[in-house]
Amino acid sequence: MPRIIIDDKYCKGCRLCVVFCPKGAIAMSPRLSARGVNPAEVVNEDACSACLNCVVMCPDAAIEILADEPEKVKR
Amino acid sequence: MPERILMTGNEAMAEGAIRAGCRYYYGYPITPQNEVPEYMSRRMREVGGVFIQSESELAAINMVMGSAAAGMRAMTSSSSPGISLKMEGISYMAGMELPAVIANVQRGGPGLGDIGASQADYWQATRGGGHGDYHLIVLAPASVQEMADLATLAFDLADRYRTPVMILADAQIGQMMEPLVWKVYKRPADLPPKDWALTGAKGRPKRIIRSFFLHPGQLEKHNLRLQEKFALIRQKEVRFEEISVEDADLVIVAYGSAARAAKGLVERGVDAGKVGLLRPITLWPFPQERIRRLAGMGKDFLVVEMSAGQMADDVRLAVEGKARVGLYNRIGGAVVTIEEMAGKADRMLSASQGV
Amino acid sequence: MARTYTRPVVLEDAVTHYCPGCGHGIAHRLIAEAIDELGIAERTIGMAPVGCAVIAYDYFNIDMSEAPHGRTPAVATGIKRARPDCVVFSYQGDGDLAAIGTAEIIHAANRGENICVFFVNNAVYGMTGGQMAPTTPVAAKTTTSPYGRNPENEGFPIKVAELLANFDRVAYSTRVALSSPRNVRAAARAVKRAFLTQIERRGFSIVEMLSPCPTYWHMAPENALKHIDESFIKVFPLGVYKDWDK
Repeated sequence: MPRIIIDDKYCKGCRLCVVFCPKGAIAMSPRLSARGVNPAEVVNEDACSACLNCVVMCPDAAIEILADEPEKVKR
Repeated sequence: MPERILMTGNEAMAEGAIRAGCRYYYGYPITPQNEVPEYMSRRMREVGGVFIQSESELAAINMVMGSAAAGMRAMTSSSSPGISLKMEGISYMAGMELPAVIANVQRGGPGLGDIGASQADYWQATRGGGHGDYHLIVLAPASVQEMADLATLAFDLADRYRTPVMILADAQIGQMMEPLVWKVYKRPADLPPKDWALTGAKGRPKRIIRSFFLHPGQLEKHNLRLQEKFALIRQKEVRFEEISVEDADLVIVAYGSAARAAKGLVERGVDAGKVGLLRPITLWPFPQERIRRLAGMGKDFLVVEMSAGQMADDVRLAVEGKARVGLYNRIGGAVVTIEEMAGKADRMLSASQGV
Repeated sequence: MARTYTRPVVLEDAVTHYCPGCGHGIAHRLIAEAIDELGIAERTIGMAPVGCAVIAYDYFNIDMSEAPHGRTPAVATGIKRARPDCVVFSYQGDGDLAAIGTAEIIHAANRGENICVFFVNNAVYGMTGGQMAPTTPVAAKTTTSPYGRNPENEGFPIKVAELLANFDRVAYSTRVALSSPRNVRAAARAVKRAFLTQIERRGFSIVEMLSPCPTYWHMAPENALKHIDESFIKVFPLGVYKDWDK
């Protein structure tokens, strides 16, 4: 099961990861980050298929994905 | 090439640059300096250098910027209207602290003007020319020999101070043919290493070449450092030639082509008194201290130039009100003559008031 | 657990000043990923333009130079001629490349300088507050075309990828869009191909990237991307306009 790590330091709350996640694994958080935006947060990590759409779209490289079997995953 | 040879000023300047190790020349044709890109187009191939006839003078100065940023000795040349085009790039290079040589073989202006010799770009050259607080070191050759020697010196000064240097010649000096003697070039051993140059950040932290400093206080600090550099150059790099100045009542101040005519007058002499010549070789830094001293000795000055009186301003500033400063000038591409100069010198020496 | 995607190594730790959803962020990331993948960081020299990306040199851990507005291809020429073994890239916006820098880009392309040009086309001048750009589509309203771009007064938008493909020494000219995962993945492949074009000394390459400007298009980021896919792409079709392999 892949792990999704979103770094508040970089996230500007643009929502692109949420819009393009096909599994609903990410949503915008109601809390405010230190930047003063609602950052993206992981809401259903089990659903993540490591499709990497989120990292492909993130303008701030705020997301990292850890997968169990990396050789099976294509970017 | 033989050691003693007859060459045009333009070609001598180009060859002087090659001998100083310049291997990157970018330029655009414009009269009266077309010999420079033409010479470089042949010669760079012979020495394994790079020649590009760029799409404009504007592109050329930016190519120089790139090669200079990469740590190389690079040069461009043009004439008055083309030099105006380069001013953006020159200002950037002063701010980025990049060494390079820019040659201006002056012609009449403003605008397209004509193709005759002129000295009307003096203010542009000595006041930096582009925007912002900076100076160019400005070298003024007055012979084909000096075109060669000062071209070589220009690269050494540029590297020593990490700043662009301008060679300010004119159509006459560029086009004339005189014999010159080639000296063996020896690069000064104490030039600072180019440890700022862009070479690919292998095994070292990255380097940035920039003139942009947005954070509060950063740009002021940068400018203060530049001003310190210019103060050091003023202290150490003034160059001039004097002929018969010690005994003179009237000191002619002239550079480049105008100085050649003035030399003729000094040799001939005038009836009304003794004339000498102070010929600045660096227009920036200007020999203001020497002029101040001569003014203090009671001498008067006659500025001879092919402009509406641009260098005359600097002489007036230098004498600090202690001497009369006259002006004999021709403008719009016309050249000064010994006869007219003699008349003016006579009148100044005879009169009790400055003109 | 092994990682499958981590932040590119050559991207600095700095938080960028770009707006949320700005295409520059995606473009920077793609370039950084390609540099990491090809292992060329130690010999890459990049150029920062004048525009929103004016401080791009704070975001890449490689040697970088500033250039005056529009002159990047000329400065890149000077750097590449001096250091032919370095990988030199120019990074420019639509004002930099298609307005003030038109002469420099055309002639660098015509000479076939062995450099990569990454052209971020968002059809507006972001840095200075949203004025019209040479690539602004007809009828689009900007601060200097308040009634909408009128071809009779302002001309039509300029199509750079097609224009440069006409030069014999342009080895690779393509237009991509930073508007969806599929399109961004294609853009990533284009960026890598551009670098390979240079590394293999095949000549000049340009990747034009249709990019969102949420702030001056007055749209949320996701809507700006939709706008690219539904509207912008019709003015600027995606495709490979020149390829040394074909």
